[in-house]
Amino acid sequence: MPNNRKIIPDNAPFSPEENEWLNHFFTQMTPEQANWLSGFVTGYQALQITGSTPASPTLEQSATYSAPDASAAPATPPAKKPNLTILYGTESGNSEALAADAKKLAQKKGIKANIIDMADLEVTKLAGLENLMVIVSTWGEGDPPERAVEFYKQFMSDAAPNLDGLNYSVLGLGDTSYEQFCKMGKDFDARLETLGAKRIHDRIDCDVDYESAANSWLGTSLDALLDLNDVGAVASTGTDVTVETAMPAATSVVYDKKNPFPATIIDKVVLNGTGSAKETLHVELSLEESGLSYKPGDSLAVVPTNCPDVVESILAVTGLSKDEAVTNKQGDSFKLFDYLLRESDITGLSKTFIQKYAELGSNEELKELLKPENKEKLQEFIYGREIVDLLVDYPIKDLKAQDLAGMFRKLPPRLYSIASSLQAHPDEVHLTVAAVRYFSHERERKGVCSTYLADRVDKGEQVLVYIQPNKHFALPEDGDTPIIMVGPGTGIAPFRAFIEERKETGASGKNWLFFGDQHYSTDFLYQLEWQDHFKDGVLSKIDLAFSRDTPQKVYVQHKMLEKSAELFAWLEDGAHFYVCGDASKMAHDVHSALKEIIMKEGKLSEADADEYLTKLKKEKRYQRDVY
Amino acid sequence: MSTDKKLHKNESIKTESNFLRGNLEAEIDDPLTGGISDDSIQLIKFHGSYLQDDRDVRSERRKKKLEKAFSFMLRLRIPGGKVTAKQWLDLDKIADTYANGTLRITTRQTFQFHGIIKSVMKPTMQAINETLLDTIAACGDVNRNVMCYANPHASEVHAEVEKLAKDISEHLLPKTGAWHEIWLEDELVADSKQEEEPIYGKTYLPRKFKTVIAVPPSNDVDIFAHDLGFIAIVDEKTEKITGYNVTVGGGMGMTHGREDTYPRTADILGFCKPNQAVEVAEKVVLVQKEFGNRSDRAQARLKYTIEHNGGIEWFRSEVQKLLKFKLGEEKPYEFTTMGDEYGWVKGTDGKHHLTLYIQSGRVKDTGKYKLKTALQEIAKIHDGTFIMTANQNLIIAEISDENKPAIEKLVNEYQLFKSLHHTGLRLNSISCVALPTCGLALAESERYLPDLITELEEVMKANSLRDDAITIRMTGCPNGCGRPYLGEIGFVGKGPNSYNVYLGAAFNGTRLNKLYRESVPGDNIVPLLKPIITDYANNRLKGEHFGDFTIRAGYVNAADQGPGFHEDIKYKSYLN
Repeated sequence: MPNNRKIIPDNAPFSPEENEWLNHFFTQMTPEQANWLSGFVTGYQALQITGSTPASPTLEQSATYSAPDASAAPATPPAKKPNLTILYGTESGNSEALAADAKKLAQKKGIKANIIDMADLEVTKLAGLENLMVIVSTWGEGDPPERAVEFYKQFMSDAAPNLDGLNYSVLGLGDTSYEQFCKMGKDFDARLETLGAKRIHDRIDCDVDYESAANSWLGTSLDALLDLNDVGAVASTGTDVTVETAMPAATSVVYDKKNPFPATIIDKVVLNGTGSAKETLHVELSLEESGLSYKPGDSLAVVPTNCPDVVESILAVTGLSKDEAVTNKQGDSFKLFDYLLRESDITGLSKTFIQKYAELGSNEELKELLKPENKEKLQEFIYGREIVDLLVDYPIKDLKAQDLAGMFRKLPPRLYSIASSLQAHPDEVHLTVAAVRYFSHERERKGVCSTYLADRVDKGEQVLVYIQPNKHFALPEDGDTPIIMVGPGTGIAPFRAFIEERKETGASGKNWLFFGDQHYSTDFLYQLEWQDHFKDGVLSKIDLAFSRDTPQKVYVQHKMLEKSAELFAWLEDGAHFYVCGDASKMAHDVHSALKEIIMKEGKLSEADADEYLTKLKKEKRYQRDVY
Repeated sequence: MSTDKKLHKNESIKTESNFLRGNLEAEIDDPLTGGISDDSIQLIKFHGSYLQDDRDVRSERRKKKLEKAFSFMLRLRIPGGKVTAKQWLDLDKIADTYANGTLRITTRQTFQFHGIIKSVMKPTMQAINETLLDTIAACGDVNRNVMCYANPHASEVHAEVEKLAKDISEHLLPKTGAWHEIWLEDELVADSKQEEEPIYGKTYLPRKFKTVIAVPPSNDVDIFAHDLGFIAIVDEKTEKITGYNVTVGGGMGMTHGREDTYPRTADILGFCKPNQAVEVAEKVVLVQKEFGNRSDRAQARLKYTIEHNGGIEWFRSEVQKLLKFKLGEEKPYEFTTMGDEYGWVKGTDGKHHLTLYIQSGRVKDTGKYKLKTALQEIAKIHDGTFIMTANQNLIIAEISDENKPAIEKLVNEYQLFKSLHHTGLRLNSISCVALPTCGLALAESERYLPDLITELEEVMKANSLRDDAITIRMTGCPNGCGRPYLGEIGFVGKGPNSYNVYLGAAFNGTRLNKLYRESVPGDNIVPLLKPIITDYANNRLKGEHFGDFTIRAGYVNAADQGPGFHEDIKYKSYLN
């Protein structure tokens, strides 16, 4: 950034000297300093309003920075205004968004709050904190979010400090359809207690329809903190000083999670050729007049409806009428059919659901199955089954419509990595979606959202969507930086967006793609586009692994290992390494291959290679979007 | 030849290819496309392969952001058409592993694999090489797979003609190391610039070149349909081959709408002794290399070289100039049939041979008829060989007395005998591959002929002709892979569901057929032929073949050797 650039406009409320000083200051400022300063000013204002002064900066701030102008800090800090550190671990961005909500709410309540991502924190820095709120999601089979893995490992190890005197509360996000529901929340809760910290509010484990429960928990948790400090809640009216209010007020509706945008399907095509075992959809949606925008790497949330066949099955097996009236938790009234079709997760069988169902039906066999010693049997039972199987196999006589309705959780939206660049396709968003269909326990099964897009909405019809930004999966800011992209199957999606974006912006960095699927002839997703990108010089290298074309299955990690030396040279050259796609196997295999390459080519020990990888992650040069 | 005409672009592709290397290897290794460049498409033919695409799915591919569904056809070089049981099993496995799971026996007495994608071409070639076979010169402007009479009942004679087929194939094989380098990734020849093609030179031949050997009275190889042929003359007393009548200038291919292209039956060049045959073959090739047309590929086959330069007299003198010995006078011979002799025979060496009918040469399992599995099981216990015939059929050959019961058991178990009980029509039919893989096809062939024959069989049965043999040949285009112009009934694809119908060829392959009706829609073929077949049933002379009858009865005029193929057509539009 050139030094003479004007950041502070001339008409800003400063004297020319102040203006010049500020311009000088801002041009030198690091992003971290900017973050800190923004938090500081907000907090400072909040304290001005409540007639208080900012508390001493917390955590990394105190370790690294001091306020630019000491005279700005008021002289007499009051004794009982709490400082809260909100620590989050996020994968898809929900924890992060909740952390931001928590901070806003805290400020309203007069609490000085500070947000930190687990990815940016050393465990030892926890020592000395006063109040901590943990918001963490659980991923896959009880794993921490990708970026929180290191922190979690340290935190659960002997490296964690004694935390006597720390007050804490934990909010866990999860999905009851996984066995290890909210494992991270539970682990953090238990470990904090073990380390000597004091729980000031009970943990909450939130399912995919977390919003209302989470928000009310935030309120009560913050109140508990205030009670502890005995200052009482601050009236919230008129004290909202969040940055958002300073943004230009949008004249039209804002489309977000609470108010998704009805996007029209412009085009829909199955990308796989005839004869393929796969069914991968390319869906183009119009964002015209939505005001929505996104970056390559962001996700699109799609709000699906259930398959009417499944609704019919449930009605048939329960003998309930589709027109019976039911209400949701908020008291809104629905006809049963609509409630099942649009509002409820009527497929995902979870332990929670079985519990509720076993209680309601006083079913001893199911209760037996739910006993801790039958954990494995329960897992086995759940595997491949859906709610309808439970209803068929363990019918409850005279089941009431409202009782049935009350057992379902809210139908969650599904996230898809966006496959397009907004620059290349103005007012459009594209998705690459694998239609999930399989057969189990004598029934055909369909993935709710993928088959919603495949079968139940046509070109010209509308789909409810909103943007879910992903700050942790993005192109390098510097267009000259080389990137390596590993995206087999639908993992190709964000890389289509990356390449389109780099083409549009004229970014000169080299781009290397690893792609794989089953068969070359039918499953080389977006083949003609890659050919064009290669011809245009945007795509520098491509390596392909088709697992079913040869007797020996070849996957992307094998292709990486074949190009070991070159791949390492790219990393040494500053390349960013991206992985998108299957989390259960592929991401792990790719990680192992990457480590093997670093050990081999860098002549490093395993520990040193791990360190190399950790450094890559810290520098945001190793990013993953896996599911 | 005249040098004032511009050379066809394929000539410069050959010349600049550094003995068939070109840019082929780099293009095979390029992962972004399943295809190769136009130049490499020409070169890869010399390596035994054609680039094809699944034409059934062409229209959907662009929408799906996919290029054409490219794959390669790979044709083996098996002079004489014989493989061991072990080789059969290996090839069967290659078909399952890398190709579309079927083996296709071709009209050149060899196998074709279909549906091999580019990324597995090298492993496929390497697997073929491990079976001690190769694909060199199976296509391209060179001498292609050499065929010989297939049935080993006269075992010594068969062994001798099979050896000659191999000798000619080896002698005329391109000597470049390109095939081994590219596909087997062998070390480069020290300096490939020093490489030479002693017979072909840098430009190879102007066009494809086909060689066959026949043993009368069987004309199973269609001797008059090929550039070069050897008719074995067997001494009746000694049962030894005393020499060969050499035939030259036969060929099937023509182009729709070009009357200067035509099929042609071969001339007799003369007679040579058995030990002179390879030399004769070389000299015929050399004359064609020098005089063949290199500007117009539709005029480049040997048949045109002979026609355009002064006929067989001229050609004979040119060949004679290069030979160290004098060609003899043609010896008498007689052909009676082009078909295969189905069923069991015992060879003079005491071995047993079973000839099976293979519909369209396609070895695959179809419903209950598990042909591919059956042959696999037979190969596992077979102590002899398999021989492919020029009619796309298969001989389980050289079965020992001890092993015969076991083989027979499998033949019965898998009901392979059923194929021998087909009608005379079906047993004497040939169809080329055509759609969906062949890029030249204008109409269906392999996927259509079996159904058409089923309909014609009804007509034959109604006329009590169930077991009468009539040769039927169908091709999807006029290039002639299925030798359609020698069928008593010939169908040549003109457009989708549209065929030219030809009648009047000789049953023994000595006379071409003649156009009877042009552009006949598939549905109209049976109504068109039904009255002719009925007429034949009612009015044929004793022993008269269908082709001869259609001429005598005036449906078509008798064809000449070739140049007049498009003249004296009685009817044209099928509506007349």
